[in-house]
Amino acid sequence: MALKPAEFKTDVHNDWCPGCGDFGIVNAIQMALADMGVQRDKTAIFSGIGCSGKTSHYINTYGVHTLHGRVLTFAQGAKIANPEMTIVAVGGDGDGLGIGAGHFVAAGRRNVNMTYIIFDNGVYGLTKGQASPTLKLGEKTKSLPSPNTNSNVNPIGLAIASGFTFVARGYSYDIRHLKDLIVQAVKHPGLSFLDVLQPCPTYNDLNTRDWYAGADLMDEAQKRHSRIYKLEETGYEPTVHYDSEIEINEKLSQALIKSLEWGNKIPIGVFYKNENTTPYTKRLQDKIPNYLENPPAKQNVSKNGHSNTDISKILDSLEV
Amino acid sequence: MSSVDFTWLIGGPQGSGVESGANIFSRVCAEMGYQIFGKREFYSNIKGEHSYFTVRIADKKIHSNVDDVNLMASFDAETIFRHYDEVVSGGGIIYDSDLDGIKTDAVHTLDAPFKERLHKELESKNKPFTIAGVLEIAKEKGVKLFPVSFKSILLTLSEETENPRLKGLIRMYNVIGVSLSLGLVKMPTDSLQKTIDNIFSNKPEIAKINQQTANYSYNYAAAKFENFDYTLPGTQKEPGTLLVQGFQGTALGKMACGCRLQPYYPITPASDESVFLESNEILEINGDRPGSTAVIQTEDEICAMGMTIGGALTGTRSATCTSGPGFALMTEMLGWAGINEVPIVITNYQRSGPSTGLPTRHGQDDLLFAVFAGHGDFPKIVYASGEIEESFYDTGNCFNYADTFQVPVIHLMDKFHASSVITCKRFDTEKISIDRGLLLDKVEDGYRRFEFTEDGISPRSRLGIDNGIFWDTGDESDETGHITEDPILRVKMMDKRMSRLELISKRIPNEEQAVSFGIEDYTIISWGSTIGPVKDALDMLKKEGISIGLIQLKLMHPFPADYVSSLLKDAKTIIDVEANHSGQLGKIFKQNISRDVDYFILKYSGRAMTSTEVYDALKKIVQNKAEKREVLMHGA
Ligand SMILES: Cc1ncc(C[n+]2csc(CCOP(=O)(O)OP(=O)(O)O)c2C)c(N)n1
Ligand code: SF4
Repeated sequence: MALKPAEFKTDVHNDWCPGCGDFGIVNAIQMALADMGVQRDKTAIFSGIGCSGKTSHYINTYGVHTLHGRVLTFAQGAKIANPEMTIVAVGGDGDGLGIGAGHFVAAGRRNVNMTYIIFDNGVYGLTKGQASPTLKLGEKTKSLPSPNTNSNVNPIGLAIASGFTFVARGYSYDIRHLKDLIVQAVKHPGLSFLDVLQPCPTYNDLNTRDWYAGADLMDEAQKRHSRIYKLEETGYEPTVHYDSEIEINEKLSQALIKSLEWGNKIPIGVFYKNENTTPYTKRLQDKIPNYLENPPAKQNVSKNGHSNTDISKILDSLEV
Repeated sequence: MSSVDFTWLIGGPQGSGVESGANIFSRVCAEMGYQIFGKREFYSNIKGEHSYFTVRIADKKIHSNVDDVNLMASFDAETIFRHYDEVVSGGGIIYDSDLDGIKTDAVHTLDAPFKERLHKELESKNKPFTIAGVLEIAKEKGVKLFPVSFKSILLTLSEETENPRLKGLIRMYNVIGVSLSLGLVKMPTDSLQKTIDNIFSNKPEIAKINQQTANYSYNYAAAKFENFDYTLPGTQKEPGTLLVQGFQGTALGKMACGCRLQPYYPITPASDESVFLESNEILEINGDRPGSTAVIQTEDEICAMGMTIGGALTGTRSATCTSGPGFALMTEMLGWAGINEVPIVITNYQRSGPSTGLPTRHGQDDLLFAVFAGHGDFPKIVYASGEIEESFYDTGNCFNYADTFQVPVIHLMDKFHASSVITCKRFDTEKISIDRGLLLDKVEDGYRRFEFTEDGISPRSRLGIDNGIFWDTGDESDETGHITEDPILRVKMMDKRMSRLELISKRIPNEEQAVSFGIEDYTIISWGSTIGPVKDALDMLKKEGISIGLIQLKLMHPFPADYVSSLLKDAKTIIDVEANHSGQLGKIFKQNISRDVDYFILKYSGRAMTSTEVYDALKKIVQNKAEKREVLMHGA
């Protein structure tokens, strides 16, 4: 019987700051897991280091809280060894796009069938508000002694360029929409990426909940205009249907162009989706015929405490 | 029965077939029943720099190289310049007579410091700075010269076989060199044919050209060369003899003991192991459907280590393979594996450091680094194999230790292992036992991954099994795996983990911790690949009536202090033999046993130790003529 979202909660005390955007993301993940009817013991949440890294402790599935920037490496290893697991990796923008950027790019090329969610707050939360890789050049959040001297990385653009086959953005205060995105991402047959805009009320006083809601953007009638809008409501079509090079390039280009939109209008929703790229576990299956049916984690390696692997043919070839 | 102990050297530019030449020569000799110890030396370069292979052949088991070369096969000038003085009186040099007039300055790959030394030598002997010059020195020493024009051999061969392509095929120089050598030592010719057929079995065209070249050159040597002091007529072959390269020992060990995931990032000399594993990725399993090893090339060593840990969390026996610089990158994750009690095996093929140091050269530089690797206190095992044959069985043990004690295991190998070729007894998979420790298949309700137990080892769940949910974190945690900063719980958890070290010392059998080859007044402590040269040196001394003891350390951490001190209680003088600058084993020995090492025999030139130089140094020690630190230098 499918579990309710509450059954994906642990009783671990949550120590995030009041009003932190992370709460919405955890709720959305729990709702999505319930929605999909996944089994708790066939699911694992891997997390990096940072405020967001604690997520795995708050979700009642297998939870692996790893190292700063390294979450994708652990998660991919687990999925390759046991492809029947549903695996969601989460972490901060500093975690995934700063120290972990190399793994981010490499993961895109591999396309392991799992989901990666970045909690994008523009700051390093747990180390007290230093600039993260998504903070724009010249911006000064409140704990920075001087304006940011680095340009920002564009997570959506980077994911598209790296080969992620499902690329979307969510907003942590639109939990239902975010939940739907997570469901789509997890069901996607390949590596899916979600950049989730996550206000950090403690350190990021620029990209606040009010700012996203457009509190500063009034029209003549004194009506607020939310910065955030949904791609699917504009007729934007992210999906590659025919798997032709022309179509893929078309969809990639429009997604890249969309990824540049920022400021008064910020799109959320699915930017790009291509179900035709072979997932990594299938690539392994193509060269190791029974890999999926007998993956590393399922192989029996001994009989009565002795090796059951027959290496005699290889030894024969070495024999003189 | 006369005893055979013969060393053959082949050299040439990297990429000119030195390695395959040595491979043919070794196989032929092994086919004829000889024991082999071969070793490759090469620059960190793909094409052009000097590379050479020494193959030592004997009619009894040998464990190392010696200094002396009995026959050198060279087809380029550099090999002659670099190695002419290693050939002993009565030995021979086969060389390309077209090179006679080549000057040292014409060989651009001769580096300045070497050339300077060579010029000094030639000057002092009043010889020209040419090939003819160095060969004269060799000749005066009693070395026999066997000049051959390699070009004209190809030319005649090309006419005889009506194959015009052959005359330009300098690629065949290595086969010519090998076959001339075999003809000279009167090795029975059918083994040469068989070996070439074997090596080129799926390329009949190439096999044919090689066969023709080999036959012609072999007969040429027999007809044209004067008698040579050494002959290798063959001996009784022991059934079930393998000819293996170093990295094959651990790779085969991994296959046999059930390692099913190996992520890696390329680095010399470790990658060969992963490539070999991937080339044999589909595995035959007795009484079951085929299994496989997933070998994953990652973006860096950090990812390799992360994937290895991720794989291990699913219950898979997982390993990675690297060398010093790569291992350095893995150390943050080593602590993570430590605090989360994840069993993994890291095979570290050490090379000369620091940094990229001498990337393709020998050194046992990482012992202290491995023992102290990782921030914070956590239990781990550092295990070192001495010889290639051992490494097969040790690999199985390393996985058992990892599983039973739920700790990361660093298996220390090195470049000397990786690029050596030996003959040994066929590996026996029957001797590989598999102990997965407290790995669970089924879990009852109320499971706690880090439960406090009597011996400090908690039953281990794995990702994906029913009721087995656990949490891992690099932070300190409670029994369920959730973060805690409680001081009392912290102490309890720390004690639980660290108690593992004592358990390891207690439960690993003594003979797997350290091997005693006898204790004498003078006793050596040594570890890793230097064990081979030490064993052979001790044999040489024994023939002169000098007995020296030897303890081989295998469990480097936790250090088997009690056992080793009990072994050494009657030894008066302790000699540490190893291949690094600071005597790293001596340091942990002193730290654990509170006893000083009396002499160090060290080598850190980047070249492998030979038994000859170990013998020389030991002799100096017994004659009381040695320095406290004897530094070995042999090797080009
Ligand atoms: C190797 C390493 N370097 C630095 C740190 C310190 N550190 C902890 S959290 C963090 C930044 C986290 O920022 P982000 O990834 O954006 O996550 P957030 O806290 O904002 O969710 C850093 C630098 C660490 N844990 N490990
Ligand atoms: S510092 Fe920011 S990101 Fe971290 S918990 Fe507080 S509000 Fe959330």
